[in-house]
Amino acid sequence: MATILIPTPLRKFTGNAAQLNVDAANIGDAVKAVTEKYPDVKKHLLDENGQIRSFINIFVGEDDIRDLQQEQTSLHAYTEVSIIPAIAGGI
Amino acid sequence: MNQQSIFSKEELARYNRHIIIPEFGMEGQQKLKQAKVLVIGSGGLGSPVLLYLAAAGVGTLGIVDFDRVDDSNLQRQVLFGVNEIGQPKVVAAKQRLEALNPFIKINIHEVQLTSANALDLFRNYDVIADGTDNFPTRYLVNDASVILGKPNVYASIFQFDGQVSVFNYTPPGGERGPNYRELYPTPPPPGLVPSCAEGGVLGVLPGIIGSMQALEVIKVITGIGETLSGRLYTFDALRFTSRVFKIRKNPATPAITTLTDYEQFCGLKTPEQPVREITAAELYQWQVSGEKFQLIDVREPHEYEIVNIGGKLIPLASVAERAGEIDQDIKVVVHCKMGGRSAKAIRELETIFGRNNLYNLKGGILAYIKEVEPALPTY
Repeated sequence: MATILIPTPLRKFTGNAAQLNVDAANIGDAVKAVTEKYPDVKKHLLDENGQIRSFINIFVGEDDIRDLQQEQTSLHAYTEVSIIPAIAGGI
Repeated sequence: MNQQSIFSKEELARYNRHIIIPEFGMEGQQKLKQAKVLVIGSGGLGSPVLLYLAAAGVGTLGIVDFDRVDDSNLQRQVLFGVNEIGQPKVVAAKQRLEALNPFIKINIHEVQLTSANALDLFRNYDVIADGTDNFPTRYLVNDASVILGKPNVYASIFQFDGQVSVFNYTPPGGERGPNYRELYPTPPPPGLVPSCAEGGVLGVLPGIIGSMQALEVIKVITGIGETLSGRLYTFDALRFTSRVFKIRKNPATPAITTLTDYEQFCGLKTPEQPVREITAAELYQWQVSGEKFQLIDVREPHEYEIVNIGGKLIPLASVAERAGEIDQDIKVVVHCKMGGRSAKAIRELETIFGRNNLYNLKGGILAYIKEVEPALPTY
């Protein structure tokens, strides 16, 4: 089971769950599992065409999936998947 | 040249705890003194960045900020105190920093950073530290830094989360590192990611993250250690977890050669259907003349708790679902904090339910308090 780490801005859509264990073969399946369990997260993670939004970065371990096989990036047991949205606050 | 000659006796005493670190030494201190750092924004992040860089002895500090000190700043902007409320931030910051370290030079730029002035401002500095609070300025700072080849020490915060990185940094003898566009190629559409003014931020968080930003500025200047170039540091204050991710250069990222219109790039210029408005003074007239109308407040319950003017609370997210509670037969005034969310609510009700009896309170509850009931609290 891979562990998906939910960033704080999205936790209000996951009933405050900070992580979620999913049985998924790759990132695409893992994202699907998250959005099926928490439908309100969907519009924040995916655009109208079902693609991961460009201001949401997903890392497997410490690597960006854009440097791996995108949604096809495979997951193993104990893999940590981090969802890191762009934030811009400073003042 | 005698290395000690650039420092006075007082400076040597002040910087002693730096100079005695073997990896830092007189050489590191000298590099700090010769460095020119431009800090964009003197708020939550800018406060610790400026305080620590001034204390550390960065020779020239530039501050860009067009804002004035407000009492809602003091929960986190530790550069300022009650006495500075109402003063331009750059002026108050300069006074505070000069009192902290009289041996450095502070340049103030009381302007809003724009595509028209960014290159001229950046040109005079060696390192840029970005502590702004919106996406258009983030991309502007990035692009101007890339065009001029300046390292951009980046930090940002939201509620309980912080991020730090070093963009566009070329280490001695090395290759230029990735920039912000290689981490986030495009900004979120407007409205999907709230700002700190809307979403809030825990006051101590910019203190933690801004201190790390100051650390990275010092490392970039002195060349000690390994900077966060090519890496993104993230901090989750609620769980007290930190992670460091890799950022790679992306050859597919279009070359940045000129500055653009960043408001438009971030989708903030899309023309929106105007909504019918009512001013605070007109609303007051309706109230005292006994005009029949319903007042709807589309803010969040915690905002309502701080202050309200007797409107029925229906938060923006539930407006469509609770449309049945909004009168159809009499005039309805909709308000939020400043007028943005209530305009959205009105557009939604007009589009979905064909309502035509809705008025947006111009300037929101803040305008009403200012003009009609100044004794009420603001936030």
